[in-house]
Amino acid sequence: MQPGPFLWECPVLSTSLRPVHRTGSARPIPPGFRPVRTASLLAIGAALLLAACGGPGGGASSTVTSGTTGGSSAGTTSPVATPSVPTSPVSTVIAVHQFPVTVHASNGTVTLSGAPHRIVSLSPSLTEILYAVGAGGQVVAVDSNSNYPAGVPTTKLSGFQPNVEAIAGYHPDLVVASNDTNGLVSGLKALSVPILLLPAANTLADSYQQETTLGAATGHAAAAQQVVSTTQRRIAAAIASVGTEAKGLSVYHELDNTYYSVTSSTFIGGLYRMFGLANIADSAAKAASGYPQLSAEYVVRSAPGLIVLADGKCCGQSAATVAKRPAFSGVPAVTSGRVVVIDDDIASRWGPRIADFAEAIAAVLKRG
Amino acid sequence: MDEVRRRRALGLVAAAGLLLGALLLGACVGVTSLAPLRVLATLADRLPGVHLGGSLRGVDEQILLQLRLPRVLLAALVGGVLAIAGAAYQGVFRNPLADPYLLGAAAGAGLGATVVIAYLPVTRVGPVGIVPLAAFIGALSGVALAYGLASVADRSGSGGATLLLAGVAVASFLAAGQTMVQQSHSDELREIYSWILGQLGSAGWTDLALALPYAVVAVVVLLLAGRALDVLAVGDDEAQALGVSPQRVRLVVLVAASLGTAAAVAVSGLIGFVGLVVPHVVRRLVGGSYRIVLPVCLLGGGAFLVLADVVARTVVAPGELPIGVVTAFVGAPFFAALLRLGDGHV
Repeated sequence: MQPGPFLWECPVLSTSLRPVHRTGSARPIPPGFRPVRTASLLAIGAALLLAACGGPGGGASSTVTSGTTGGSSAGTTSPVATPSVPTSPVSTVIAVHQFPVTVHASNGTVTLSGAPHRIVSLSPSLTEILYAVGAGGQVVAVDSNSNYPAGVPTTKLSGFQPNVEAIAGYHPDLVVASNDTNGLVSGLKALSVPILLLPAANTLADSYQQETTLGAATGHAAAAQQVVSTTQRRIAAAIASVGTEAKGLSVYHELDNTYYSVTSSTFIGGLYRMFGLANIADSAAKAASGYPQLSAEYVVRSAPGLIVLADGKCCGQSAATVAKRPAFSGVPAVTSGRVVVIDDDIASRWGPRIADFAEAIAAVLKRG
Repeated sequence: MDEVRRRRALGLVAAAGLLLGALLLGACVGVTSLAPLRVLATLADRLPGVHLGGSLRGVDEQILLQLRLPRVLLAALVGGVLAIAGAAYQGVFRNPLADPYLLGAAAGAGLGATVVIAYLPVTRVGPVGIVPLAAFIGALSGVALAYGLASVADRSGSGGATLLLAGVAVASFLAAGQTMVQQSHSDELREIYSWILGQLGSAGWTDLALALPYAVVAVVVLLLAGRALDVLAVGDDEAQALGVSPQRVRLVVLVAASLGTAAAVAVSGLIGFVGLVVPHVVRRLVGGSYRIVLPVCLLGGGAFLVLADVVARTVVAPGELPIGVVTAFVGAPFFAALLRLGDGHV
């Protein structure tokens, strides 16, 4: 699920803003007109919702096997400085000697004969990972929802309703995506364009695995390893900084103002579990395993000690609006000032910025 | 004649009793059950000069008065308005398949809500949510468009058929627009989708206050139109001969029913089935006269939606099912059984 920003916050960048590519091949053809389907909106909505929510059956696992060329462990890349700000490339040096490389994704084993230089990303999380591992310079186009880091080559490409022709127009030598809809994988296979299908991560381990995979696939294996270990270190430090006071504190994570929430079985819910927090949505798991809809009454009744709002951007929610909701004035999180707004994007993506999220949660927990 | 009158009185009393029972049930049942006597005591305590022991305190009181009560009353209001509007639409068009969404009210509201969710950063204008506002305007615009299209297309006044077709065309057109906007804003998909499925879960007193004035006007006009609809039921020419203008009745009833529908849709989203089926059930129980069908629909529709909402929030508690899913899932088999019992006559 990616409740993202409004359209004007992620403007389609003009070609002049796109980074200059070393490959210097033909300018990308803008995606063509996509026919509108007027089929039952409920059916489409349901299908898309399922796709958007990335069910737990997605099988987010992916693994990397070493390149077929041996002895590639020599560190030709500089170490990661600050993974939280992947805008400044970690390393633009591509470890070309590591190719060909074979990586495993949800769509099977993919072998890349050389380092990709025209990557198309159809997932905001994968875009963030690509830039974090230092492969940003190899990215030529990202989907309409990708908006981080600043300056990514955002296009009209859709990650939910991908159009193979429009993607092919960018002449990619690697496509990374999280959803195989509209025949994306088979379509690209027909065009002999390698694709890595890396679905929504359900655990931190899934996320780290995807970072490792994308690092290996783009020639930034060492940098990806740095990103993973830094993220792990930052999350561990954030959790350690809170101490034991927060253990057992109950948390309510809000996806929108109609009380959709996340259970512990989701990626973000797993982080709350690591903090030792009790998630009030867990008892509603039978309503929807990952993202159940709760009621105002239940939230008030559960008396959460921490409220995390992931609907600041989408729905204009804040500590002030929550305090003003009927019957919320006595909720412990409200009275103790533990209501925090986390950027919708950070809270819904599984890239390295998850460490930012952990640090923000730690800061609020220490506040009380 | 006495038999008919007794049956109607019985129908009214039964529907009122059902509604009251449903309201009490709705107020008591939830994530945590509240004892009915204590709920009544708490409510009685709000009356001036009354002070009873045993009323609810603390969180229980807050939940009852600030969350559950507005939700239950809103369900009753929305259900009642949709059912009476549905009966009125069926009467105007003399068509058993007519429902309050026929003339584009639902599609218009859907488009309005989707557009503001997708394009507007603000969520409120003063105390009023912008989504309900847009849905309300969208619903009325949809109906107005259908009515305008029909009156342009149909100078001869061939009855409701042209209007019905115009409604179908407008509804399809607006639904297509809604789908287009929705598809291009996949980030807001869940928000849009949850609105379309209908919700009462975030209802507060402000939602009730928002819908009530329009609903009251609509209901009063429709209740007064019962006799005219009865006359219209025999046919346009006959009605004309009896001194009733079919065009005028149609216009007044449709405007009132659409106003009520727009108000209901604005605060609750698109809740299907209520407006289509409740009138048929009511007709089976109290006969076909609109003078009795309309008030019983108001009460029975309210009771039905309150009960559906109870199901919606208890089946997967503490999670919630979309109310629109419950109305159709529970209502459809119930209606099928009723059809079977009545040998398939509608």
